[in-house]
Amino acid sequence: METEVGKKEDELPQLLDLISNEEDWFKGDVGRGDGHILGDLEEEKLELTLAPPGGEGREKLEKLSSALSSAGFSKIANSLYKNTVVGAQLVFFDSAKPNAEASGFQKDNFVPLPLPVTANFGKESSLEANMRMNQSHERGVHSAPEDGVLVKNRSQIRLTSSPVVGWPPVRSFRKNIAINSSKISDVLQNAGTLENRLRSETSNKGFFVKINVDGIPIGRKLNLNAYENYEMLSSVVEELFCGLLSESFYFTVSCTGMGEDAKRAFTGLLDGSGEYTLVYEDNEGDRMLVGDVPWDMFVSTAKRLRVMKNSELSTLFLGAVNKKRADEC
Amino acid sequence: MSVPRADDDAELDKLPVGMGSGAVWVTAAMFPEEVLEYVFSFVEADADRNAISLVCRGWYRIERRCRRRIFIGNCYSVSPEMALRRFPEVRAVVIKGKPHFADFNLVPSDWGGGADAWVESLAEACPQLEELRFKRMVVTDDCLELIGRSFRNFKVLSLVSCEGFSTAGLGYVAANCRNLRELDLLENDIEDNGIHWLSHFPESFTSLTSLNISSLDGEINFSVLERLVISCSKLKTLRLNHSVPLDRLANILCKAPHLVDLGTGRFSADFRLGLFEKLDSSFKACRNLKNLSGFYDAVPAYLPSIYSVCDGLISLNLSYATMRSAELIKLITQCKHLQRLWVMDLIEDAGLEAVASSCKLLDELRVFPIDPYAAEPVSLTERGLVAVSAGCPMFRSVLYFCRQMTNAALVTVAMNSPNLTCFRLCIIDPHTPDYLTQQPLDIGFGAVVKTCKNLSRLSLSGLLTDRVFETIGAHAHQVKMLSVAFAGDSDAGLHYILSGCRSLKKLEIRDCPFGDKALLANAAKLETMRSLWMSSCSVSLGACRLLAERMPRLNVEVIDERRGGPLESRPNDCPVEKLYIYRTLAGPRSDVPSCVWTV
Repeated sequence: METEVGKKEDELPQLLDLISNEEDWFKGDVGRGDGHILGDLEEEKLELTLAPPGGEGREKLEKLSSALSSAGFSKIANSLYKNTVVGAQLVFFDSAKPNAEASGFQKDNFVPLPLPVTANFGKESSLEANMRMNQSHERGVHSAPEDGVLVKNRSQIRLTSSPVVGWPPVRSFRKNIAINSSKISDVLQNAGTLENRLRSETSNKGFFVKINVDGIPIGRKLNLNAYENYEMLSSVVEELFCGLLSESFYFTVSCTGMGEDAKRAFTGLLDGSGEYTLVYEDNEGDRMLVGDVPWDMFVSTAKRLRVMKNSELSTLFLGAVNKKRADEC
Repeated sequence: MSVPRADDDAELDKLPVGMGSGAVWVTAAMFPEEVLEYVFSFVEADADRNAISLVCRGWYRIERRCRRRIFIGNCYSVSPEMALRRFPEVRAVVIKGKPHFADFNLVPSDWGGGADAWVESLAEACPQLEELRFKRMVVTDDCLELIGRSFRNFKVLSLVSCEGFSTAGLGYVAANCRNLRELDLLENDIEDNGIHWLSHFPESFTSLTSLNISSLDGEINFSVLERLVISCSKLKTLRLNHSVPLDRLANILCKAPHLVDLGTGRFSADFRLGLFEKLDSSFKACRNLKNLSGFYDAVPAYLPSIYSVCDGLISLNLSYATMRSAELIKLITQCKHLQRLWVMDLIEDAGLEAVASSCKLLDELRVFPIDPYAAEPVSLTERGLVAVSAGCPMFRSVLYFCRQMTNAALVTVAMNSPNLTCFRLCIIDPHTPDYLTQQPLDIGFGAVVKTCKNLSRLSLSGLLTDRVFETIGAHAHQVKMLSVAFAGDSDAGLHYILSGCRSLKKLEIRDCPFGDKALLANAAKLETMRSLWMSSCSVSLGACRLLAERMPRLNVEVIDERRGGPLESRPNDCPVEKLYIYRTLAGPRSDVPSCVWTV
């Protein structure tokens, strides 16, 4: 690193020259050949970073360069250098710390790009990648950019490259939008009338709540959105549990006429006239009697359902009152 | 800033008064303390208050007794006891905890930033506390309970990007802070343990003026919300979360047409006949609406219902509205008095051009990426930014995510908008050069820094060499906060920053080849700054040790999550993964987790 800083100081005069040329940049003559100087600087710096261990590196470099040119992927290699996180990270990072730990650390951030030219890109050592980048850069630094090719390659690359940790700097609260966005764009594309669009949105939802019955250990799940009113819900509950109730009775008391009794038990779920009553737990955790609020409100606030024996109901009511008192203390 | 000793001596100091050829010497006795206190009460800015306290011991003594607001930019820079001993009459405290890069998952979750110590000290020393604002801190339910219990006149609680608490804690606040006016819960990580805290506000509760629950995850009980809105007749700000659909919003708006700041919930609803008309008339009744946000899952068909308020809007946050450019344009071009616009890059260049021609009062623009790594990139380029800078003479603050940039565009923006105070550009792929010339963007950013003399916040991106740092060091006199990523060639870059940038207070760097030399050569600078963050750079442990030795009033925290053995025993040439250095009067902190070591 000492030598690098030293070299920078030597190069300062050149930098100053560049700065004094800035006036010309302001006048709108942007994009002249001044890049040439910078290109030289970059090349020199890159040569510094090469420092292959012995002659081994050079051989690899030559192998890579021939592989690249034969496969005709030099342009992609160019754009790789210019546009990828990986390549540039390696160039700059390696220049400062050419030790094992550093490259190990880099590998954590290092993401393989599945392009055909580098089948084992991921396994390539950072040094090799460095040299490949350098080689492609030497070819590409003075060539005029071909926007079409670059843009296309960039999008190809981006399709598959994974992000670096914490980059781009977008907070997590914003990150989930993309996941939903494709769904939404589909909806938008199916643009019909407002009604159509809205209907398609609501039909996507299924809202399943658990339902348990006193005395039956296994519960069921119901899609509340599938029903339109309390009556439908009640009859569905009856159907669901009738079978189960008769089964459990079969094991405790074997009676042939039990089926009918069971059916009778489930009538009057909503009005308290039968043996059982339907209650639900709302989004605040409170147990509520089913049937008081409009159906829509019920659907939006109900979290689980319970079919309770009426005898249990009164004791539970007292229990709930005590619980509320405890909370307020 | 050197702090005079906080003593109670009644020494009378002489103050020079008057200008010109003769100075009249006046003793402090000529101004009774009450008069000075009264005069000081008109001075609110922290910097001015600090200046007052440096005039003489007498003024220091008077000022400290009557300071009502304190801002602690780094919760570890001073101990709560020290801060409250100096300012015993404080009523409002703002505290920030974790480094900014914690927002992007670069800081370990157990790093610290606990609010407990502060709340405990405040509970003991300042029972008259009215306002607490925490950002990036760990706030526990116990903390919230303590707040509810200890401060009779508590009015404002703001928790931004915090974590560590649950709905139970919120329930306690709702139930016990009888005079609560503002409850701001923005982007916190809240544990939902089923308690519906909103219903814990007592029936008699009427004092709320501002409620922000926009980023809350859970469901809201609509009847409770409506009850709250009805009873709190002075409600001015209401920002709802995703669980509140448009039909509910319409009901609420009917009951609160005096709102100034509204965050819609989900901008969609189950199909209802007449919903559009209801929304339309609700919005028409809102004659004071200035700020509008929310728009989660926005269904564009409902947008015309808000047209009636567009002309009065000053701030519009569409950054969660996944709508196409055409729809966004239709809405935004109606907002002729807009000053602040947050939007997603779906707006595209064409959309920004429309903004530039319609919103002539635009002051702040933020453009967020919908999907940074999308296969089909959105058509938002440097053109949009240039258009806004050209069309909006009041343009002062920008946060812009895009994929390509040119030096020419940056130079143009700088020339069009010399009054920029905040320039944050994020070119999504690191090391992206000027796409026309393949040059680094040194010239462009350099132009911004040189032309915009009031620039106070700057974030860099794209391909950048040490040259840009030389320009920044030499010209960015007002820059207080600088963010650097994937830039620079060598230590010279960091050296330019630290040896220049007179006003620099916060510097955060990631993935740059900056190392020991620059850090050690500018050690003294670090004490003039609030903090320095460096991650994935080239700093060695040895340099940290040296720095910590030389600068006892800095905490040099080495963060290493790789769990490769105790940090103390590592050799000097061991590279440092993450480094956080901050000035402090409190010495090394006692709550470091295992992955952090104060050198």
